[in-house]
Amino acid sequence: MAEQSMRGADEPQTTLEGRVWTFGRDVDTDLIIAARYLTMKEPEELAEHLMEDQDPEFPRKVQPGDILVAQENFGCGSSREHAPIAIKGAGVQAVIAKSFARIFYRNAFNTGLPILVSVEAADRIQEGDRIRADLAAGTIENLTRNESYQAEPLPEFMRELVSAGGLLPYLKAREQR
Amino acid sequence: MGMTITEKILARAVGRESVAPGDLIMARVDFCLGNDITAPVAIDEFEKAGFEQVFDAARIALIPDHFTPCKDIKTAMLVKQMREFARRHEIEHYYDVGRVGVEHALLPEMGLVGPGDVVIGADSHTCTYGALGAFATGVGSTDLAGAMATGEVWFRVPASLRFVFEGELGPYVGGKDLILHTIGEIGVDGALYRAMEFTGPVIETLSMDNRQTMANMAIEAGAKNGIIAPDRITREYIEGRFRREPRYYESDADAAYEFEYRWRGEDIPLLVAKPHLPSNVARADELADTRIDQVVIGSCTNGRIEDLRAAAEVLRGQKVGRDVRCIVIPATQAIYQQAMDEGLVDVFLAAEAVFSVPTCGPCLGGHMGVLAEGERAVSTTNRNFVGRMGHVNSEVYLAGPYVAAASAIAGHVATPDQIQSRRAA
Repeated sequence: MAEQSMRGADEPQTTLEGRVWTFGRDVDTDLIIAARYLTMKEPEELAEHLMEDQDPEFPRKVQPGDILVAQENFGCGSSREHAPIAIKGAGVQAVIAKSFARIFYRNAFNTGLPILVSVEAADRIQEGDRIRADLAAGTIENLTRNESYQAEPLPEFMRELVSAGGLLPYLKAREQR
Repeated sequence: MGMTITEKILARAVGRESVAPGDLIMARVDFCLGNDITAPVAIDEFEKAGFEQVFDAARIALIPDHFTPCKDIKTAMLVKQMREFARRHEIEHYYDVGRVGVEHALLPEMGLVGPGDVVIGADSHTCTYGALGAFATGVGSTDLAGAMATGEVWFRVPASLRFVFEGELGPYVGGKDLILHTIGEIGVDGALYRAMEFTGPVIETLSMDNRQTMANMAIEAGAKNGIIAPDRITREYIEGRFRREPRYYESDADAAYEFEYRWRGEDIPLLVAKPHLPSNVARADELADTRIDQVVIGSCTNGRIEDLRAAAEVLRGQKVGRDVRCIVIPATQAIYQQAMDEGLVDVFLAAEAVFSVPTCGPCLGGHMGVLAEGERAVSTTNRNFVGRMGHVNSEVYLAGPYVAAASAIAGHVATPDQIQSRRAA
């Protein structure tokens, strides 16, 4: 993960491939990582409780490289960055949803968790499908169903954040300019 | 084309004549804050990125309020990390037990945030300060780390929604009912990425405590911020309190709103939000079958002095139902003192409620009132998600202080009128 988040803008490797877990709408951050675990902050520790209140077995089912696909308003509720940290800690490569709650959206970009917004993908992709996503182009291929979908393009500034490796490297680089 | 109050504050913060919805900007922050859950992560990120100095030690607040007084060793270690960072960087506004209060009640009370400010906090309910005419929004820990280092934060300028409340409010109906009504109408993502601007005759006469309750829950509709233009009530509140120069903005008459909602205060009854979303709103007087185990009166939403007065008004001379635990939590030390001075604490103790030190504790199932499997609470807090206050199979009904206090007496969801008619019968 560290190498991925430090990747430079000019490196082409922006394609992810993985197996999908699907979720409904309004998945809140208490569901992603319950507040009783917020005394922790290490990714691996938090990952052991990812989505636990929805499915106690999920932390054992989810595997590094998997991708989460959800309906509207993913990550609503609290500002806890522990939510994207737990997702990344479980080795989840990306989250695709119809829409994201705004603080989760920020936190994902700031911490280098790739997210894509696509209504079509969220409607069509089923649990267990294998998909390939090109983050730069915003294209999503469903390898199981032989379909492809388009995600909303990222604004220029957001692309800069991603290519800098997150908010703090971006700010640090700017400070040194 | 005119601008909304939100757009004007953001334009000022970025040094431009104007901004428009959708613009991505780097804005100067007037104040930023974090708590014992979010600040430790921010401090880790700040240090990992190699920053050595904070942008302004007087414009950062580190408020350990969620798990304090520390509930276990892990939380004690988190607060210790905050305390040491605060000492090392001479952070002026670090407050420990005995001085600390629930962050979103404490900062306005101390005059650390005020009209025209841009405030970010690594806590989603930072939007509370919109009640003062500030642009205030919740962010994550990395955003806080960036703001502590540079004094700047990125925003996408939000489009604005206008909520006009006409007429007058009925008895006992307050800010909590107004915002629950709003969220019930538009849904938990009904204001996603948007600014919610509250206005109209009802708002003009609404107290600052009730305004803070409303702005506090803008995030529960997905909003970036909630805001109320400063007026006489705002000026009276900040007088002798706000430590910087206020900047008063209001929306232009020709400002653009994506949508306008209009409701009448008379049409809004006492409400609750049933499990498990704040949008799952129902009339409080139609839920007498809903037995409860616990009541919590407190939090950044409803832990201010007016909330405690409201609860005491209902509980005076009454007893909490024998199967109910009622936990009253003043949001700050000053509110605690005020509640003692006004005799409210006597009322709570006589009613066999417990009166706690300031803490966020039970709101997030942290401590000081965690729910067991199958238990149900009425709470004046802001979220009723699955497992929010404890066991995954516990339930939370959100309500204002009048309904919470009445429910504590009745042992089921109830309104003050229902308690009175029961007493009369």
